Amino acid sequence: MARIEDWALITSGGRYVEDVRDPALAGCRYGAFVRSPVAHARITGIDGSACRADVFTAADLDLPPAGRGPVVQPWLARDVVRYVGEPVALVVADDRHRLADAAAVVRVGYEPLEPVIGVEQALAGEVLLFPETGSNVVRVHGTSFDGAGFEGCEVVVTRTIVNQRLAPLPLEVRGAACVWLAGRLVVWLPTQNAHAARDLIAAALGAPVRVITPDVGGAFGAKMGADPEVVVLGWAARRLGRPIRWTETRSENLVAMTHGRGQRQTITIGGRRDGTVLAFRLDAVQDAGAYPRSAAKLLPKFTCLMAAGAYRIPVVEARVRAVLTNTTPVASYRGAGRPEATAAIERAMDLFAARIGMDPVAVRRINFIRSFPYTTPTGACYDSGDYHTALDRVLAAGGYRELRAEQERRRAAGDVVALGLGIGCYVEVTGGGGVGEGARVVVGRGGVATVHTGSSPHGQGLASTLTMLVSHRLGVDQVIVRHGDTDLIARGTGTFGSRSLQYGGSAVSRAVDLVVDRARDRAADMLETAAGDVELTAGVWRVRGAPSSRGLTWAELCSAEELAADVWFDDAEPTYSFGAHLSVVEVDTETGRVVLRRMVAVDDAGRVINPETCVGQRHGGLAQGIAQALFEEVRHHPDGSLVDGCWGVGASELPDFELLDMATPTTRNPLGVKGIGESGTIGSAPAVQNAVIDALSHLGVDHLDMPASPMRVWQAIS
Amino acid sequence: MIPAPFDYRRPGSVAEALELLASPGAALLAGGHSLLPLMKLRVVSPDVLVDVGALAELRYVRLDGDTVEIGALTRFCDLVVDPVIREHAPLLARAASSVGDRQVRHRGTIGGSLAHADPAADVPAAVLACGGVVMVHGPDGARRVHTRDFFLGRCRTALGLGEMIVSVRVPRQTHWGFEKFTRRALEWALVGVAVAGESVVLINMGDRPVRAGVTEAALRQGASIEQAAGLAAWNTDPVDEPHASAGFRQHLARVLTRRALQRAAGRVPGGLS
Amino acid sequence: MKVTIEVNGTVTSHDVEDRTLLVHYLRDTLGLTATNVGCDTSACGACTVLLDGESVKSCTILAAQASGHMVVTLEGLAGSELHPVQRAFRERHGSQCGFCTPGMIMAVVSLLRDNPKPDRDEIRLALKGNLCRCTGYQNIVDAVEAAGS
Repeated sequence: MARIEDWALITSGGRYVEDVRDPALAGCRYGAFVRSPVAHARITGIDGSACRADVFTAADLDLPPAGRGPVVQPWLARDVVRYVGEPVALVVADDRHRLADAAAVVRVGYEPLEPVIGVEQALAGEVLLFPETGSNVVRVHGTSFDGAGFEGCEVVVTRTIVNQRLAPLPLEVRGAACVWLAGRLVVWLPTQNAHAARDLIAAALGAPVRVITPDVGGAFGAKMGADPEVVVLGWAARRLGRPIRWTETRSENLVAMTHGRGQRQTITIGGRRDGTVLAFRLDAVQDAGAYPRSAAKLLPKFTCLMAAGAYRIPVVEARVRAVLTNTTPVASYRGAGRPEATAAIERAMDLFAARIGMDPVAVRRINFIRSFPYTTPTGACYDSGDYHTALDRVLAAGGYRELRAEQERRRAAGDVVALGLGIGCYVEVTGGGGVGEGARVVVGRGGVATVHTGSSPHGQGLASTLTMLVSHRLGVDQVIVRHGDTDLIARGTGTFGSRSLQYGGSAVSRAVDLVVDRARDRAADMLETAAGDVELTAGVWRVRGAPSSRGLTWAELCSAEELAADVWFDDAEPTYSFGAHLSVVEVDTETGRVVLRRMVAVDDAGRVINPETCVGQRHGGLAQGIAQALFEEVRHHPDGSLVDGCWGVGASELPDFELLDMATPTTRNPLGVKGIGESGTIGSAPAVQNAVIDALSHLGVDHLDMPASPMRVWQAIS
Repeated sequence: MIPAPFDYRRPGSVAEALELLASPGAALLAGGHSLLPLMKLRVVSPDVLVDVGALAELRYVRLDGDTVEIGALTRFCDLVVDPVIREHAPLLARAASSVGDRQVRHRGTIGGSLAHADPAADVPAAVLACGGVVMVHGPDGARRVHTRDFFLGRCRTALGLGEMIVSVRVPRQTHWGFEKFTRRALEWALVGVAVAGESVVLINMGDRPVRAGVTEAALRQGASIEQAAGLAAWNTDPVDEPHASAGFRQHLARVLTRRALQRAAGRVPGGLS
Repeated sequence: MKVTIEVNGTVTSHDVEDRTLLVHYLRDTLGLTATNVGCDTSACGACTVLLDGESVKSCTILAAQASGHMVVTLEGLAGSELHPVQRAFRERHGSQCGFCTPGMIMAVVSLLRDNPKPDRDEIRLALKGNLCRCTGYQNIVDAVEAAGS
């Protein structure tokens, strides 16, 4: 079944924020931000006199700070800039061309300060981003270590590994369109959660705000709420009394949109020579960038929570210290703390297996959790799972034994192209990042059902899935799904953390139940019988047991008055999706080039409602995990400027994915569903990384940080 | 990303183009795929843009005895499919097919690529390997510049003020090999090698396309491909970057030179697709 | 300056600044907003349109350069029914967020004109100038294969 979203996308294109042609925006002006080109400096002066445009700086803003205490990102940098890309001034001009000319001639004086780049320098604390706090460490999450768990271990392996910083790179950059109408700010904003954006902007501007989410050209966790730029634009639109549009450039986006990942992890794993793992410790330092965003809160929490992975390990200790550096703030990016945890434990399992001379598959089988529910030592309560079956299936489909034999043959023959096999088993908390979700379901005149959801899909196809859900349950032909407009949707949490179907879908499902209950009463009245005596079949209400009796269609039932139900759904626990990925790579040992040959994946997210969009999430997730393993990395020069940004992967870098189906139900929500949005990313990165290392194991390589770039591979073996 | 303001001019002939090119701050626009990105980033901001893209007289490929003559506005996509190029200068077809993507190849021209002279570009190295001669018109009339004298540095050529390339003449050469190493297919070469006859040219191993002179000499003196390729990085000065150090690039140059020579010698399969 | 460009079968003529990019002419002057801008450096392909039948990146062409030529954007692709490539993208779930879709579809139309039955490797290589961050490309490759057969 084709997605309902697609007709517009393939004929006229989506309606993204730059495409919005609302009459209220007529005569709009265009805004651009002047950004710091240096990582750490004192601002000595800002001179916009050469540009024929309005220039606003921090000195012009009369806004309350964005948070309490000193460690808060100002709306515009005031005295000090703390990362390359930090907004310093807003330029507003009459059109696109004039704007580009004006922004190019704003002069800002900087007096350099020593930058803090990398977590080692941050921990050293010789230079502080906020001297008044006395430390660059903004948050410590997790437990302290006592070491007792490792005392009985025959083998203990320790490694420090890096889960590199990434740029989320949605194809649509950030933008906004703002206009004040009757004392209220209306903002068209590509966001994952309009209500949170509204609350943030309204608090800052001290005025009512309506956020309208147009189509969003990808987000991946990096379009949460509203960034500081949006508040400044809203303020400027009020000051100027004119609507303003803003679209950043891609060059800006690479330094100014939040980044993701960025952990240095020291992993320690101990156990017996028979393959039993007895203890695991994850000691991570999270590079949070210059100002605390979710990397200082949510990511460390998730990393600690998921430290045990799919394994029954008696002692698991996890600690994440979030530190500030003079770099772009780090926040959520597809997985947000969970890929980091999974990469750590999956690398640890391979290191342990290599040390005791056991196949990595065998070690995983010995240690899998096999009974549920299961509470890990770091407090995650896994609802349901079947980890060994997931692994068995990918191994059977991939032909693991034959591949191992081929690897042996090729090594013996001295093939310069080395074959490698990698496993990534994962468990991820889904729906763990926010509370509750709202839904309103209305059946109106004509029998058309309208769904208002507090979820905020931006490519996932949730509208199609909710349409399936509602049309199936009510038997109506036409379903309209609305989301992302704070005037239409009373209450909403948004789309992130693989939560929308569990919470948003369950909320809609509950609302449908209520609508059906109310419809039953009304149908009973109209059919002059008891409520218990009517039934809904294929969209028609009839007296039970009288299939040929005159029935009531939804249109008839709702001809005089619509039927509606509002739900706030918050009585479900997060669920734990899981899966196993097998990666097959070839490594050219002369050049270091890695080619991913195969990717076999089981991703179990419980009951599947819309198989097509579920597959889509898996495909896209796999691609982003593979990209982390092989290609992408945001690196900084010691001065804090960006080393050439590596820009997403193309079609020719990826193979056809081999997906296997598996659906282990959960009882934690009425739909029996878990999240799928991040699964592919979480499993595939360690699978591919492990495969590259496996390909080189006969050359003495037992670890290689991501991405496995040609030079890194070459250096490891030469 | 908007370029700074300029006057756009579209001449109807080479003569008219040369006249316009004489005005101060004028720059020549062909396909625009080197120039316009730099203008959008405001790295360069010409006052006058002389668009020769529509001059059909500069878009042709013809065989003249043992020489293939290629009009400066011949696009990469034309080089890839042109039967004369494929038969008599297959290295150019191969190099052109590896430039950018289909969209870029629909716009980018051989003349524009030579004039821009990016040391990481594929086609200039291939033309140099073939021993190509650049035909130049300018205020002082026509002259010819051998490609070995044409590239003077990073994005610097022997083209004088007011001069433009009108065509490229390449000796017929069917003995070829080409290797390009990138992290991802879309990227410019980290390192590349173009082999035509006995000539070996390295891509992105210096400030211009670089002849692997020591390798060529070793081959002439009867060294094996493996031995000669091992000398390919002599006298090279590649950029040193965090993702690709100079040492790694020199290593790649040796490996890729061996592979390109083996292909040229017919020892491994690989032809035009 | 005055540019005259046939866009989706209609001759358009407007006074624009010399430096106007084709993509801005399409989006701002003509209001044809399907064509998107995703990068600064002709890397992403979101702005791909057909110029005289060939795929090009409209962010790296001046409207002036296109003057006197013919442009087709996504909006001009369907006649009384969907173009086979549009149909295939719909049937094979070739879109997620949809931002790359217009450029991707136009690139595919051009590809199939030159190579009506590309194999999967050829498709992947031919689309290297069109980035998609959502789909992992597999359904797009499926769609191209379906449209080509």
